[in-house]
Amino acid sequence: MIRLEHITKEFSSKNKKITAVNDVSLHIKKGEIYGIIGFSGAGKSTLVRCINLLEIPTAGRVYFENKELTSAGEKELRTARQKMGMIFQQFNLLEQRSVLENICYPLEIEKMPKKERTARAKELLELVDMEEKANAYPSRLSGGQKQRTAIARALATNPEVLLCDEATSALDPIATRSILALLKKINEMLGVTIIIISHEMQVVEQICDRVAVMSNGMIQESGEVKEVFLNPKSKTARQLILPDKDEAGLDAGRVYRQMLIELPEDEEKKNLVREFFRRNKIYFKEGENGA
Amino acid sequence: MNQQMMELLADGIRETLYMTIVSTIIAYLAGIPLGVISFVTDKQGICKNRAVHFTVGIFINLVRSMPFLILLVAIIPFTRLLVGTTIGSTATIVPLVVAAAPYVARMVESSLKEVNPGVIEAAMSMGSSRFQIIYKVLLPEAKPSLLAGVLISMATILGYSAMAGFVGGGGLGAIAINYGYYRYQTDIMLITVALLVLIVQLFQEVGMRIVSRTDRRR
Ligand SMILES: Nc1ncnc2c1ncn2[C@@H]1O[C@H](COP(=O)(O)OP(=O)(O)O)[C@@H](O)[C@H]1O
Ligand SMILES: [Mg+2]
Repeated sequence: MIRLEHITKEFSSKNKKITAVNDVSLHIKKGEIYGIIGFSGAGKSTLVRCINLLEIPTAGRVYFENKELTSAGEKELRTARQKMGMIFQQFNLLEQRSVLENICYPLEIEKMPKKERTARAKELLELVDMEEKANAYPSRLSGGQKQRTAIARALATNPEVLLCDEATSALDPIATRSILALLKKINEMLGVTIIIISHEMQVVEQICDRVAVMSNGMIQESGEVKEVFLNPKSKTARQLILPDKDEAGLDAGRVYRQMLIELPEDEEKKNLVREFFRRNKIYFKEGENGA
Repeated sequence: MNQQMMELLADGIRETLYMTIVSTIIAYLAGIPLGVISFVTDKQGICKNRAVHFTVGIFINLVRSMPFLILLVAIIPFTRLLVGTTIGSTATIVPLVVAAAPYVARMVESSLKEVNPGVIEAAMSMGSSRFQIIYKVLLPEAKPSLLAGVLISMATILGYSAMAGFVGGGGLGAIAINYGYYRYQTDIMLITVALLVLIVQLFQEVGMRIVSRTDRRR
């Protein structure tokens, strides 16, 4: 379905060159839910944006249904993109359009007549369970509702693939669970292949069939979720899966007491807090707000 | 105040509104494409093009940095070519548009910059063409900000139109100069100024109400 061959993406800013994605090859099968997991800055977003060529790889090839996208013309690429829906951490809904109008957008792009697209949008609203919000504007929706709208919009053109870049990272645990359930349902009901980018192992664990662990722009290991999670081989995978084992060698999984602390914005003050914890031998884990 | 004076002021108001509104419309017809081009050819734009961005930027800055009165005089031959005369309100529209269009272009550009780049990216991911992104995403998403910009532009153009009264333009500005300044009729001067303030205030009040009603973000 999707094949990435030796994808490399470099960004050159001023005098520094960053290799965000470094020689990544992947094969995603039709109908599966594929997870790409890694810490913030690993290059996951860049990689997924290479799939629909929002980011043009510096080197390597992207194949979608056996067509090479990296060499496709503008028009061909646009047609391919209509077969690949994408959803984002920040939802990216059109704020001046209602829920229904948002879902109609990709159909307008395809020049579908108004009556048909309204009918299609209504079907999708039903699928994502948002019928009663059809005429609401995004500013009046909760995060979960916004993501449901975004999913409906991404599915409007009947895509083969749905790319999800941190789709649940801005949501609370309950909304996260319901969005994941919705994605699973879409995968099973419509047979849509789903690629999920996340920095949270629970997300991948819950719905993915296979997973690739990424750090420093490279895939560290990949395979069936069960295998990777039971027997993580790479350091990154272990850090992601067994986050309770820190460098100091404290007991894994032995959480004495959990407490949430908000770190100050200021980098210097942040370091003071970190140092305080370290000196008092208090184990701590810094959350990643988004990625 | 006599009947004659009333009629004179009524004519002044009519001419001022005519100049301001027509100039604003034409300035936007030119300013929107200019602003859009400048925005989309910028570094992060959807049609990145340094040469075009740079050229448009130079052109905009050049006209914008020229004092209006100088511009007014400098383009007199052009004005005569276009409307056949250089006095009266129709002739004033020419320099007003020339002065306002680059200003409008910058306003438009800054409104477009407020559009969430993520939304543009989402539109790209759905296979939109660049043109579709411009007229289906950028402009509609920036609409409230663009409308607020129209109000500011109108007030500025109205001020310029009054200035044009000095060199043969029509409207309230001309009345203020001819009666208030040359003939020392201070009362006329005050009345025209009050009328100008009133018009600006009215535009602003009514306009802002419309703007906030069209904005779907609240
Ligand atoms: N447009 C860009 N310009 C320069 N550097 C970028 C750009 N996009 C991403 N990067 C860099 O590439 C690396 C990977 O980023 P990203 O793909 O967003 O990681 P992730 O999604 O895993 O958090 C980071 O170091 C980031 O700073
Ligand atoms: Mg990311």
